[in-house]
Amino acid sequence: MYHYDDYDHALVRERVAQFRDQIERRISGELSEEEFLPLRLQNGLYLQKHAYMLRVAIPYGTLASRQMRTLAHIARHHDRDYGHFTTRQNIQFNWIALEQVADILEQLAAVEMHAIQTSGNCVRNITTEAFAGVAADELMDPRPLAEILRQWSTINPEFLYLPRKFKIALCSAEQDRAAIAMHDIGLYLYRDETGEMLLRVMVGGGLGRTPILGQQIRQALPWRHLLSYVEAVLRVYNRHGRRDNKYKARIKILVKALGIEAFAREVEAEWAQIKEGPAELTEDEYRRVATAFIPPSYEQLADTDLQYGTELSQDAQFARWVSRNVQPHKVPGYASVVLSTKPGISAPPGDVTSSQMEVVADLADTFGFGEIRIAHEQNLVLPDIRKADLYAVWKRAQDVGLATANVGLLTDVIACPGGDYCSLANAKSIPIAQSIQQRFADLDRLHELGDISLNISGCMNACGHHHIGNIGILGVDKNGSEWYQVTIGGAQGKASALGKVIGPAFSAAQVPDVIEHLVQTFSDYRESEEGFVETVQRIGLEPFKERVYRTLQESA
Amino acid sequence: MNNLIKLIDGQARIIHDDPWTLISGHEADLPGGPLILPLAQWRERQAVAGAETSSHLAVCLAPDDEPESLTPWLGVLPLIALEFPSLRDGRAYSQAYLLRTRLGWRGELRAVGDVLRDQLSHMRRCGFDAFAVRQDKSLEDALKGLAGISVLYGPSVLEPRPLFRRRG
Repeated sequence: MYHYDDYDHALVRERVAQFRDQIERRISGELSEEEFLPLRLQNGLYLQKHAYMLRVAIPYGTLASRQMRTLAHIARHHDRDYGHFTTRQNIQFNWIALEQVADILEQLAAVEMHAIQTSGNCVRNITTEAFAGVAADELMDPRPLAEILRQWSTINPEFLYLPRKFKIALCSAEQDRAAIAMHDIGLYLYRDETGEMLLRVMVGGGLGRTPILGQQIRQALPWRHLLSYVEAVLRVYNRHGRRDNKYKARIKILVKALGIEAFAREVEAEWAQIKEGPAELTEDEYRRVATAFIPPSYEQLADTDLQYGTELSQDAQFARWVSRNVQPHKVPGYASVVLSTKPGISAPPGDVTSSQMEVVADLADTFGFGEIRIAHEQNLVLPDIRKADLYAVWKRAQDVGLATANVGLLTDVIACPGGDYCSLANAKSIPIAQSIQQRFADLDRLHELGDISLNISGCMNACGHHHIGNIGILGVDKNGSEWYQVTIGGAQGKASALGKVIGPAFSAAQVPDVIEHLVQTFSDYRESEEGFVETVQRIGLEPFKERVYRTLQESA
Repeated sequence: MNNLIKLIDGQARIIHDDPWTLISGHEADLPGGPLILPLAQWRERQAVAGAETSSHLAVCLAPDDEPESLTPWLGVLPLIALEFPSLRDGRAYSQAYLLRTRLGWRGELRAVGDVLRDQLSHMRRCGFDAFAVRQDKSLEDALKGLAGISVLYGPSVLEPRPLFRRRG
């Protein structure tokens, strides 16, 4: 874990004091709502349907157990006893009183956390993947550079009022679990033959109203130039990005309008002016930050554990959970555990209660070096669990409803808070997620179906990443009532793809049936162990469409 | 009366006798005295006026004007103003940064428009040294916004070395 030094502490504390003063000036009427708006957004504070919502940053999704306990404390004392983990590895509290915000931020500052730039038209939380530093397929740990980038982008005065929000993700594994092609800047970290760290830079990806995959703007960027290159991209965007239309203000629209070559020429010309400047990273700085991420003192273990083997063979339920919720680790004898926040009807995707948070913190302390990760699929991860301890972890997680064996399956739904909370939403997300989860509650069937991602967004802003779900559901407003448009064939990772719309939208009541027909079509056409998205790619949309709309007509 | 704060030798001062008049639109009858003109108008006047009166003609760049276009005139311009049409339009921060660090502008760089207390420290760090605070706001209050947060990770016009080069 990165630990704050005096500078980091001072910055966060001063920021809390500054925002406390701004809140007081808002309450006294000295600041108008229009003047307060960008200030509160840059401190993570939204005004939602029912109350203020506070989004707290979890940089690159890494959390210490004591930080999780503070989140639990905030949920218990300042909210309605739960928090919502987001697709950008952050946590949101939905029922916050404006008068308490500064006190909450002070509690966060005490455990080296903040809510800075979790919203607003600025550089947002830098994300990686939940298994950074431990994944078996990782080339190197992307978190030191993510932390360096986090610091550089924090209150960077030139880039606080960009045309629109700006999201950066880093990844360095065979499987791109950070979805870097969906980001304004996506960075892929690798080494050349000589061992030099290099970056492949993608730019202009994003979901929202106009979903576009990022395009490569530079190959083999030496790591030392990370900050100057990002600065060049941001400066070109800040100067030339559109500001006349909120829906055309993301960098993807600028890249599309200019074309990637012309955009790259602008960036390269800007970069040429600054690349040799003081922003060039030093070995010392990399080492200083990387030291914070040195692996914990793992035990020397055999890769197989006799007791674990016995438990697997004797407890089919446990074995099923392991088959979905346990990921390979780069250290023999260890594994990473995914705690599913998608139990179905008992809680909306990503929602975790304060007592669950405390149990997760305890599990991390007892079994896993006190570390927790947040996956962009909204699940929690214990990255370093000895295989010998998996059974005990599973049992304890089961007690508190965090052991649903559905990671990567149809009910591991990604969903935004939707119309129940969000003032932007056209339609509700949570009841749709839960009606589908209820329909597919049979675990045998779910496991039989294999990997299917289902993503739900309550509006065009696409916080639920519906475009990249194998099945995507988008809430739309038709004459004041809520309808749902369905896409299939989307995918994240290295084979990223945007889903295609199957046809006219459905009512909320129809959605579970529609999903049923899609899944049955898949089952009918599936060849051997093929995944849902592969079947879609092979046979196209037509058989799916035909079945869905024919059966709907028949039942009408 | 301009509601003006200036940094003089790094010290913030409230200015009571600022002589400049900011012309925002294309006004037919310009008042007398020193004027800050939009780029196109400034070019016209500059062409007519020549060198002797140019010390009374300053330019104000709109956010989509290129600061590079001022390069030939940096030696004669008495002042450059950059406009914030809304506090949420951040283009002038980049313009200021470029004028200071790349184009070598050392004269007065004035923020005009939606200039408010809570953005002043960002403006200062991007190289502004004069702040025409919005008329309805108190300058005494605005002064409190100049310092901002004492720690800055990245570089600024005032301190080009990012924190990691000073961290020790």
